[in-house]
Amino acid sequence: MGRQERGTNMADVNRGNRPLSPHLQVYRLPLVAKISIMTRITGVALGAPALLIVWWFVAGAYSPEYFAVADGLLSSLLGKIVLIAGLWALWFHFANGIRHFVFDLGRGFDLPTVAKTNWLVIGASVLLTVLTLLLV
Amino acid sequence: MSYKTDYNRVAGLGRAGEGVHHFWVQRVTSIALVPLTILFLIPFGRALGGGYEALVATYSSFGNALTAALFLGVAAWHFAIGMQVVIEDYFQGGTRLVLLVLNKLVSFALGAAGVFAIATILFSA
Repeated sequence: MGRQERGTNMADVNRGNRPLSPHLQVYRLPLVAKISIMTRITGVALGAPALLIVWWFVAGAYSPEYFAVADGLLSSLLGKIVLIAGLWALWFHFANGIRHFVFDLGRGFDLPTVAKTNWLVIGASVLLTVLTLLLV
Repeated sequence: MSYKTDYNRVAGLGRAGEGVHHFWVQRVTSIALVPLTILFLIPFGRALGGGYEALVATYSSFGNALTAALFLGVAAWHFAIGMQVVIEDYFQGGTRLVLLVLNKLVSFALGAAGVFAIATILFSA
């Protein structure tokens, strides 16, 4: 009997009365995990404003008339809603990206620090969005 | 039969033959995007909604054009490899293959379109 096979059988003996690892469907995710998932969602979602912005530049390279259409649409109410949502998504992805970079360096993993940086990331994403809208 | 040692058969080969390259590029592009995001947003936000004159005035400046082109190029690269991981996580088999190819094509086409458009505006101004 190989080592691998014996290990599997030993695990089977205890199946049913040993604790299972947290499962997504029954486990209330901590805030740090929700923020991590939001970073992935915002990253994917940022494709939409990126497409609009590239279209804006391409229209500008094409002709002044075509640019007026793109510039008008991006600064319309609908365009503004998409771009402001995109701006928040960008700053959220930015802020938590930096935190995960620090995690990658092996720092900031202890629970009190994580609890603090959770709110630092959320606060920074809102603050940077407001600052960008006010100053730019 | 190969005369290579066991070490030499596997040296440099990570899980999928490229080791930590993907992880590393994701981080290097993310570091580059920290200053580029800020340098892109300020002139872009000011030019947005200002019509053709504002576009030309902003991107006929070499610095603004360069940082915008770098931002869009590096962001497209960062997006391409980030989306690759998302696709690998949620799709299997043929669907995964098609999406992986489409992702690379669309991401790099978008990045190239942005860079060429900015260069066109800079050089025609």
